[in-house]
Amino acid sequence: MNPVSLQLFDVLLLLSIVGLAWASLASPDDRRSVILFMALGLLLALAWGRLLAPDVALAEAAIGAGLSGALLLAALREQPRREAPGATEAVAKRGSSRLQAMTQWVVTLLCAGLAGILGWVLVHIFAGPPLDRLTQSVSANLGVSGVSNPVTAVLLNFRGYDTLLELAVLLTAVLGILALGPGRAGYQPAGPIFDALARSLAPLLILVSAYLLWVGAHAPGGAFQAGATLAAAGVVLRLAGRQRIGLPPEGALRLVMTAGVGLFLAVGLSLLLMGRPFLGYPPAWAGALILVIESAAMLSIAATLVLAFIGGRLPAHGIPAAEPATRRREAITTAAAPERGGEEQSGC
Amino acid sequence: MSELYSLAVLGLMSSLFLGLLRVLRGPGAADRMLAVQLIGTTGVGMLLLLGPLLGQRALIDVALILALLAAVAAIAFTGEPRESRDD
Amino acid sequence: MIDVVSSLLIVAGVGFYLAGSIGLLRLPELYARLHALTKADNLGLGLLTAGLMLQSPDLLYALKLLLIWLAVLAASATSAHLIARHARRRETRP
Repeated sequence: MNPVSLQLFDVLLLLSIVGLAWASLASPDDRRSVILFMALGLLLALAWGRLLAPDVALAEAAIGAGLSGALLLAALREQPRREAPGATEAVAKRGSSRLQAMTQWVVTLLCAGLAGILGWVLVHIFAGPPLDRLTQSVSANLGVSGVSNPVTAVLLNFRGYDTLLELAVLLTAVLGILALGPGRAGYQPAGPIFDALARSLAPLLILVSAYLLWVGAHAPGGAFQAGATLAAAGVVLRLAGRQRIGLPPEGALRLVMTAGVGLFLAVGLSLLLMGRPFLGYPPAWAGALILVIESAAMLSIAATLVLAFIGGRLPAHGIPAAEPATRRREAITTAAAPERGGEEQSGC
Repeated sequence: MSELYSLAVLGLMSSLFLGLLRVLRGPGAADRMLAVQLIGTTGVGMLLLLGPLLGQRALIDVALILALLAAVAAIAFTGEPRESRDD
Repeated sequence: MIDVVSSLLIVAGVGFYLAGSIGLLRLPELYARLHALTKADNLGLGLLTAGLMLQSPDLLYALKLLLIWLAVLAASATSAHLIARHARRRETRP
C-alpha cells in the first residue's frame, strides 16, 4: 500500500478510535456507553490488523468486540436505567464539592503527566536505532521451541510462567463468580428464526475454535482466542434460551475449570521431578506438550467466560430457574413447536 | 491491483465514518446497534482487503472471527430475559 | 482479464457499502434503516468477496472467503429480524 494512502487510512482510523473512546466515556447513558464501547472494540481489532499483529487482532475481535459487549449488556440488564446528570450538576448537589473538584484536578494533572512521559518515551524510541534484540533471540531459538509461530513460542514456552500465572488469575475470577450464588434467570426460548441460526452458529463456532487452537502452532491463533470463540458458542446457546447449554454437571465442570492451571502445573512439576528446570520442555516433546496445555487452557478459558456471562452458578440439572407464569407460556410455545419444546423440558 | 485495493479500503473507511455518525447520533439504542453492525461488516471488508495489501495472510482469520462475534454481540443486545412478563 | 472482472466486482462492492451507509444516515426511521443496512451491506460484502475470490492464492483461502460471506449473510439477516422485533415490542409496550 503506498505510503500516502496508508497514512490517510491511519489518520482516519485514529480519529475514529479516539472519537469513539471519548464519546463512550462522556456519554450519560450506560447503555449508550456500552454500545459505543463495542464499536470501539471492533475498530481496535481493525487497528491491530493494520499494525500487522494478527494474534492480538484475533483476541481483540473475539473478546473485546464480541464477548465484552455481551457481558456488559447482560450485566446492565440487572441495573435500573440510570441517566446520570452532568458532572457539574452532580458535584453541585453534594456537600463536599470542594473535595470533589480538587480530586478531579489532581487526577487530571496526574493523567496529563503520564501522557507527557509516554509521549517523550515514544519520541525517544522512534528517534533511535531499532531495538530488536528480543525479536532476534526469539527467532534464533524458535527451532527448539516446538512451534513455528513466534507468539505461541513466547507465550507457551519462553514465557510460559507468565501464562501459568494468567490462567491462575482466571481461576481466581471463576472462584469470585461462583461465590456470587445462582446465576441469572436466563433468556426466553428463541423463536424459529433465531433457533435455526443458533443451531448452525454454535457448531460453527466450536469448529472455528478448534481450528484456532490447532493453527496456533504455526500461524496466528492459540488458546486464548480459541477459548473466547468457544465461549461465544455457549453464549449463543444461552441467548437462544437453553438453560444449561449442554455443559456437564457441577463436579465435571469444576474439573474443566481447573484443568488449565492444573495441567500446566502438572507438566511443570513432572519436568522438575525429571531433573529439568520448571516448565523447561525437552525440545523433542515441546510441540506436543504445548498442544496439550493449550487444549486444557482453552477449555478453562471458555468455561470462565461462559460462567461470567451466566453471572453465577449454573442452574441444577433439569430445573429451569423460571416461575410458574413463565412455565405456562413455555407450555404454549411447546404446543406450537413440539421438537424444540421437547428439548427444553429435558433440561438442556 | 494494489492501488485498487488501497482505493477500496479508503472507500470503506469513508463508509465507516458515515456509520460512526449514526452511532453517535442515535437517537435510540437500536439505531446505535444497527450502526455497530455496519461497523462490523465494514471492518470485515477492510480486513479482507488489507490481507493481500499488507501481505498478512492471517487477516482473513481475523475477519472470520470478527464477522461471527459481531453477530453474537448484536444478538446479546436483543435478548429477552426470562423474568419479563410481556410478549 | 481476471483482474478486470475482479476490479469491477470490488468497486461495485464498495459502492453498495457506501449506499448502505448513506441509507443508514438519510432514512427517517429504524425499520427503513434496517432494510438499507442489511441488504446493501451484505450485497456489498458478497461482491467484494467474489472479487477477492478470483484473486485468492489457493482454494482454502477462497473457501474461507465464501464461508465468511455465508456466515455474515445468515447472522445479519437473523440479527436484523431480532432488532426489528425488539424495537416493535418496545413500541407496543405501555
